[in-house]
Amino acid sequence: MKAALISFQNVARIYGMGEAEVAALAGVDFEIKAGEFVAIMGPSGSGKSTAMNIIGCLDQPTSGTYAFAGADVSTLDRDQQAMLRRHFLGFVFQGFNLLARTTALENVELPLIYRGLSRADRRDAAYNALAKVGLTGRENHVPSELSGGQQQRVAIARALVGNPQVILADEPTGNLDTHRSHEIMELLVRLNQDEGITIAMVTHEDEMAAYASRNIIFSDGKIAYDGVAQSRVTRELSHVY
Amino acid sequence: MFIETIWLALRTILRNKLRSFLTVLGIVIGIASVIALVTIGQGSSAQVSANIASLGSNMLIIRPGRPGMGPGPRDGAASFRLKDTEALAGQPLIESASPAVSRGQTAVFGNTNSATQITGTDSNYLGVNGWQLESGRLFSMSEEKAGAAACIIGETVRRELFGEASPLGQTIRIKRISCAVIGLLKAKGAGTFGNDQDDLILMPIRAVQRRITGNVDVQTIYAKLTPDATTASATAEIQDIMRERRRIERGQEDDFNVTDLKQFTSALSGITGVLTGLLTSIAGISLLVGGIGIMNIMLVSVTERTREIGIRLAIGATARQVLAQFLIEAVVLSLIGGLIGVALGLVLAAVGSSFMAIPFAPDVRVVALAFVFAAIVGIVFGFFPARKAARLDPIEALRYQ
Repeated sequence: MKAALISFQNVARIYGMGEAEVAALAGVDFEIKAGEFVAIMGPSGSGKSTAMNIIGCLDQPTSGTYAFAGADVSTLDRDQQAMLRRHFLGFVFQGFNLLARTTALENVELPLIYRGLSRADRRDAAYNALAKVGLTGRENHVPSELSGGQQQRVAIARALVGNPQVILADEPTGNLDTHRSHEIMELLVRLNQDEGITIAMVTHEDEMAAYASRNIIFSDGKIAYDGVAQSRVTRELSHVY
Repeated sequence: MFIETIWLALRTILRNKLRSFLTVLGIVIGIASVIALVTIGQGSSAQVSANIASLGSNMLIIRPGRPGMGPGPRDGAASFRLKDTEALAGQPLIESASPAVSRGQTAVFGNTNSATQITGTDSNYLGVNGWQLESGRLFSMSEEKAGAAACIIGETVRRELFGEASPLGQTIRIKRISCAVIGLLKAKGAGTFGNDQDDLILMPIRAVQRRITGNVDVQTIYAKLTPDATTASATAEIQDIMRERRRIERGQEDDFNVTDLKQFTSALSGITGVLTGLLTSIAGISLLVGGIGIMNIMLVSVTERTREIGIRLAIGATARQVLAQFLIEAVVLSLIGGLIGVALGLVLAAVGSSFMAIPFAPDVRVVALAFVFAAIVGIVFGFFPARKAARLDPIEALRYQ
């Protein structure tokens, strides 16, 4: 059995002080193993985004332990957390979050600048990443010249370019129509299966969660369900009957 | 990484040209005014030193009129006579004394003419006032005694009347006198007040008195002191002689004044220095205002680019790298401002210098200092916005609309 890549042990995240205390996460345990494709679901305010931010080292647990590849992240300082993001994580956001007036190629190169790669190496890696997401020929387009689906592909290429272990996708299809959403999901599944990249995705759409191999459903800061994608069960059942 | 950040800053700056231009305008104006003022100030003090040197030897100027008035109206005091000059010339502390009387006149040669100043004097005048002959000769003793129509002309007069031709041996007309040009003065350039010192014609004083002014008055006496005479002792000696000659009773005020032009010019150079310093510090304040302008725009820029900062933090930039990015952007902005400012300032100084007829004296040290100053302004006023950017919470920054 593979060791857990991401491990939450009794993780709580509490906002505010005293009377106004709100527990976004109220002591949560789960593990994600390398190579998994996990959809994190739940209504708004259920703690799914907080969990995602903690996985991405953008937020710290108030108590409990978050370990990445066996290392306790809470003992790392801000710079070390930045290094962890830089070398092991890739982010994909709902709103794409590309730099405006900057070409697709330059957007994809951006994470590599912080790794100190030479210009030529960055170019090559960015071309490769864009090819993987099917955007060959669009390298020199700026975001405003690309469709939403294409912009999200650029964002995925940007997450991919640093060869991360994990891609964290926060509602990656939230701003896209159904057709484009399915294309993006198929791309993520392919990256998961072909490249072996672990994917953790926040979504509220059952249809998208069905692409994942495992669903974790949050409710009121606790895990309400953790197992095989439910919607996948119903979908596969619908094929049987 | 550092080079990358500079490129990134340049690209960000060029992406918003108008705003970048307005941002650096303050720095441009500040640096340009400092450069222009310091350069013009240095040019004018170089000019003053040259003037002090061109005044020649230790000299006192004696004029009719109460002391303390400086060169100006004579309040009815009687003019000097040639005898006064001779009496002063015989004193132990005075090496030589030259009389002078001046009139504005038009000099004519062929069909060109030149409005100039005719000064009647003697050959000693040249040495006392620091003039040298470019070519030709001084007045002879007999020309001085007889008041012959001989003239020594300044460079400006030569240029206006003769162009490229040699003036020596030519005859020019002044009023009704035909006057032979016997000498040409070496050019001195502009004076302390930007006046053209070379616009003059010298003639024997008797010729001027008889044929131009029509009286025997002497307006000014230039006394050249012996090398061991001090200004104070020579002034006392001159005052004794002149009081006696002009029959001034004990207890009555002098009706003439003795001026040390060198002192006057040094004082003037001091004033020029103070003025330059004052104006430069005002220009320095405008540099400060320019710096605040940069800080203002950088703060707006940080707010506007909150999302961008969030993205950069999420993809692995450290806080220090974000700080460096914004700091370098501010420094690059202010250095661009400095560059434009230096260029503009030098152009202004060149134009100003030529208008004021002073030497254009750009100083590498001043330019370098201006750059260092621009960089410091960028660092100081860029630091606060950059720190604000670096301290942003990535989650908040990514959520920012």
